[in-house]
Amino acid sequence: MTESTLIKLAIVILFLPLIGFIIAIFFGKKVKYTYVLEVLTVGAAFILSAFLAYEKLTNFVDREIISEFTWINIGSVSIQLGMLLDNISVIMIFTVTLVSLVVHVYSVAYMKGDKLYGRYFAYLGLFTFSMTGIVFTHNFLMMYIFWELVGLSSYLLIGFWFEKKSASDAGKKAFIVNRIGDIGMFLGILILFLTYNTFSFDTIFSQISGGVLPFGTETGLTIAGLLIFCGAIGKSAQFPLHVWLPDAMEGPTPVSALIHAATMVAAGVYLVARVFTMLTGDALLIIAIIGGLSAFIPATIALTQNDIKKVLAYSTISQLGYMIMSLGVGAYVFAFLHLITHAFFKACLFLGSGSVIQAMHHEQDITKMGGLRKKLPFTYVTFLVASLALSGIPLTSGFLSKDGILAGTTAFASLTGHWLLPVAGFSVALLTAFYMFRLIILTFHSAPADQHKYEHAHESPKLMVIPLIVLSALSLFIWFTPNPLNPDAGAFLSKWVKTPEISVPENARYDFMNSAVAGESSHHEIIYSEEYTEALHGAHVPAMIISLIMALSGIGLAFLFYQYKKVNVDKLAEKFKPLYKLSYNKWYFDEIYQASFVAGTIGLSRLLAWFDNKIIDGIVNGSATVTKWFSNFSGTFDNVIVDGIVNFVAYFSGILGLVFRKFQTGKVQTYIVFVIFSIVILLFLFKPF
Amino acid sequence: MEYSSLISYLLIIPFAGAFLLLLINKRNEKLIRYAGLAASLLTFIISLVIYFNFDDRNSEFQFVHKFSWIENLNIFYFVGIDGLSLLLVLLTTFITPLTLISSWSSIASKVKEFTFFMLMLEVGMLGVFVSLDLFLFYIFWEAMLIPMYFIIGIWGGKERIYASIKFFIYTMFGSLLMLVAIIWLAIYASAPLGYFTTSLPELYSVGPQVEKTIQDWMFLAFAFSFAIKVPLFPLHTWLPDAHVQAPTAGSVILAGVLLKMGTYGLLRFCLPLFPQASITFAPYISVLAVTGIIYGALVAMVQKDMKKLVAYSSVAHLGFVVLGIFAMTQEAVQGAIIQMINHGLSTGALFLLVGIIYERTHTREISDYGGIARIVPVFSFMLMFASLSSIGLPGLNGFVGEFLILLGAFKSPVLNNWWYTVFATSGVIFAAVYLLWMYQRVVFGEVKNQKLTSLTDMNFREILVMVPIFIFIIWIGIYPGTFLKVSEKTSAKIIEQVLPSNQVTIK
Repeated sequence: MTESTLIKLAIVILFLPLIGFIIAIFFGKKVKYTYVLEVLTVGAAFILSAFLAYEKLTNFVDREIISEFTWINIGSVSIQLGMLLDNISVIMIFTVTLVSLVVHVYSVAYMKGDKLYGRYFAYLGLFTFSMTGIVFTHNFLMMYIFWELVGLSSYLLIGFWFEKKSASDAGKKAFIVNRIGDIGMFLGILILFLTYNTFSFDTIFSQISGGVLPFGTETGLTIAGLLIFCGAIGKSAQFPLHVWLPDAMEGPTPVSALIHAATMVAAGVYLVARVFTMLTGDALLIIAIIGGLSAFIPATIALTQNDIKKVLAYSTISQLGYMIMSLGVGAYVFAFLHLITHAFFKACLFLGSGSVIQAMHHEQDITKMGGLRKKLPFTYVTFLVASLALSGIPLTSGFLSKDGILAGTTAFASLTGHWLLPVAGFSVALLTAFYMFRLIILTFHSAPADQHKYEHAHESPKLMVIPLIVLSALSLFIWFTPNPLNPDAGAFLSKWVKTPEISVPENARYDFMNSAVAGESSHHEIIYSEEYTEALHGAHVPAMIISLIMALSGIGLAFLFYQYKKVNVDKLAEKFKPLYKLSYNKWYFDEIYQASFVAGTIGLSRLLAWFDNKIIDGIVNGSATVTKWFSNFSGTFDNVIVDGIVNFVAYFSGILGLVFRKFQTGKVQTYIVFVIFSIVILLFLFKPF
Repeated sequence: MEYSSLISYLLIIPFAGAFLLLLINKRNEKLIRYAGLAASLLTFIISLVIYFNFDDRNSEFQFVHKFSWIENLNIFYFVGIDGLSLLLVLLTTFITPLTLISSWSSIASKVKEFTFFMLMLEVGMLGVFVSLDLFLFYIFWEAMLIPMYFIIGIWGGKERIYASIKFFIYTMFGSLLMLVAIIWLAIYASAPLGYFTTSLPELYSVGPQVEKTIQDWMFLAFAFSFAIKVPLFPLHTWLPDAHVQAPTAGSVILAGVLLKMGTYGLLRFCLPLFPQASITFAPYISVLAVTGIIYGALVAMVQKDMKKLVAYSSVAHLGFVVLGIFAMTQEAVQGAIIQMINHGLSTGALFLLVGIIYERTHTREISDYGGIARIVPVFSFMLMFASLSSIGLPGLNGFVGEFLILLGAFKSPVLNNWWYTVFATSGVIFAAVYLLWMYQRVVFGEVKNQKLTSLTDMNFREILVMVPIFIFIIWIGIYPGTFLKVSEKTSAKIIEQVLPSNQVTIK
């Protein structure tokens, strides 16, 4: 295998789903088995990805493979597009195609009988293509292009059941909210292009290392980094743009699993990881705070939601917040680890919820479920395993990554004093365990709330159960490390994923990331100060213990509240009514946005439309009217005065004529009298004599 | 050059075709339609021949055809093309046959007259793009109003008379100022040149030497006329009326080609003839352009009539083009040129689609629709496609133009302020809002209006009209190089004329 073969392989992986999409969208009606084609293309993409990842991680583990070509030339500017194969991109593509394949298989059964069965698979193909593009890109421009394309496929799939207004509303909302974030990202990309005359990651990063900065200052770099991060805020549903993700649950459940839990929403995290090396300390701190808020707020909301998918959606935002926070505090590797582990267990949870929803005849309210453990044994067990992973219980993959994040955050706080971040992190651990087990108890344990539906519930078909088993198996520690308590023992962290070297000038970094000990590091590895290494080392065990206590107490509380009913939940809600309402109403974000931005924009639009119609066009029509008046006036003037004078002259002549006619008698003697009379008068007047 | 008379054929064929049509019996509508189509297709073929023989490494005017016309005034019949005019000529000859086909069913009365006017309109538009003598240019510029006036006035909607008169007088008003400026410039130039001339290449050499104050006035007179045509905010209100009242073919030509005459004029005349004045006024015009981007989008959002919505979206899109022109960097100007083509394709497609559904339901009110996705899937797919192109989705044409314009405006030394780009970029969000919202209300949801259940999907002829447009929408989106290459040398030359590299002093 040579590097160019790997690139070719990547190109094939990229275009396979696109070909599937094109065939399905244009010939979907003619070909009855569109879905088989789609499953096959994704299956092939997965096998090739697995092969690619294996080759890259065994034979080229320390290499970055890049291939590029010129897209357009304009004067002095030439824009290059290209592919980048490094360790995180091949791990990511492996994960994306794996989850995608599993979801495809699941969908074959789940979506059966839908009127637009073929169309659904076509859209999934479009998504897989776009997502692959994001993963493989070596430059910001392609990142942006595919970024928008996943947005499109997300829009199409959220609004897939477009007859429901809520579904098409949700699709539109997702697209527009994402675009708001993307505008920031776009401006960030423009700033970088203006400074470095290229879109390529590696060239930009190496120029930053060389001391070339946007606007010549570190602040410029901070601004550029934060603008790029705006894209991640939108796509990864971070505070304050997180509002689209819960609504996105209107889409078919397998879509929620693939796009709105495992892969696309993680693209924001992937983006931040990609540009991690150019983020200044100031930028990272803001990123950490946004991440912390996004981890905490949705976790409090998830406590009181009754829609099974909404709980999972808020949980997704919260976990994405964890990853973003982790990147912000410099715990890069754990963020990436959590991205992968979360992809598997959250996809498993969503697919599990799909299985429940279908068994309950499209009931999504957990308070109307109960006792399903006996009816859906496979769903129950796999759901439980994934929930334990999400809660961060040992032996699961989630424990490894979550513990790393919390340790990193604690170490960060001990060095910088930002203690609120770990406090948020640990409380989220408690909240997560609580709401997940509340969900499990209400769904699977407690007495059936709807006996009729319960009676008719039955386990899902094999095509749905096998994906659940695969994903729950992937939620165990063994795939990542041989030691369930130490993630560093596995190849994943020890060999494959390394924190990239920081390109930011030293004075703009966090103090604990300095290159004073440069000699000790190998290529492409971050250089932390000894202080930090010590802090991290010291934080690991306490963080592990505290997070475990948190998780277990969360589970315990859930059992006390909902299983053993030691506490009356309704009374508790009544007692803390304001808090309960705040959580139940999702902190009123939608209401606030609706009243301010949405109503404001529409109001402004109405005002402008009125202005356009009455004022601007009024001026145009007004000047026409004035011209018309003027014409009328000149018309009248012409008619009455000018023509009047003419007519008057004629009239006057007429009168004169009438008068003088009297003299025209035709009798010679009269004329002679007149002549003599006239001569006498003239003689008197002129007195010639 | 051996093909020197090709451009003249470009003008003669539709012209002769229009008059030959008059010989056909008016009841033989089928023959009239095919004859009209044949004439416009032949014109298209000639333009392709020109394209394939065009030398894109040469920045000079090519296929020049010149002979003395009014000897006393030293006025010539003088035509020729460069990269800029070639792209617009191709756009015109490409769109015209499609609009003719599209109106086979929508235009039922006075087919002969309609086809005649459409062909005359084509002559007028092509004449504008190929004239290299200001006098000749002015004649085409004005002559083109007449067929459009009749197309709106005869085949238009309820308020067609109001709309056609408004269109005619509004644009005519601007043109008169331009005529004054043309004469003034020619007289002014006769001192250094020693003779009176309206030949553009010769005036190019004189224009920059015109005294600054006078240059300012001349620039304003030209720019005013072009700004009305574009239309630049706040001179745009004739456009929604004209669009709403015009028949589909009229709207498509109006949006697709006619508006481009304004932006073409800015690039061809304002910038190179009055470089210093252009730089002076660039910030002011750019403010209007950016205002138009946001304003047009916001007003589009609350329109109830689909055609009006698309009309206001044109104000926003053309705002991008004007911003690109006055940013005066090569990226921006190239972006503006490609965006002119893009707007012709995307908005043309949207108008065609609105026309197709209007023919069936006789309503353009958004609220009369809803839930047609399953009834007319092909139509729904195509409307989605055209909307996405207009929204500027990467991979389709709109993105390339907007991207280059924003990039160029961002680094523009003339504007030297990146707030233009920041505000213009926000227009990208609004574009998504108004188009997706319209799409949702028209296509998604449940069928409320029972009349819609009997809708028939697009027929073969209608699909045939859309497919070529979509091919170019994708082509430009994925590989814009083909088109950018054509105008590359021209845009470089225009920038060199307005910002000579040896005396760039602005920063």
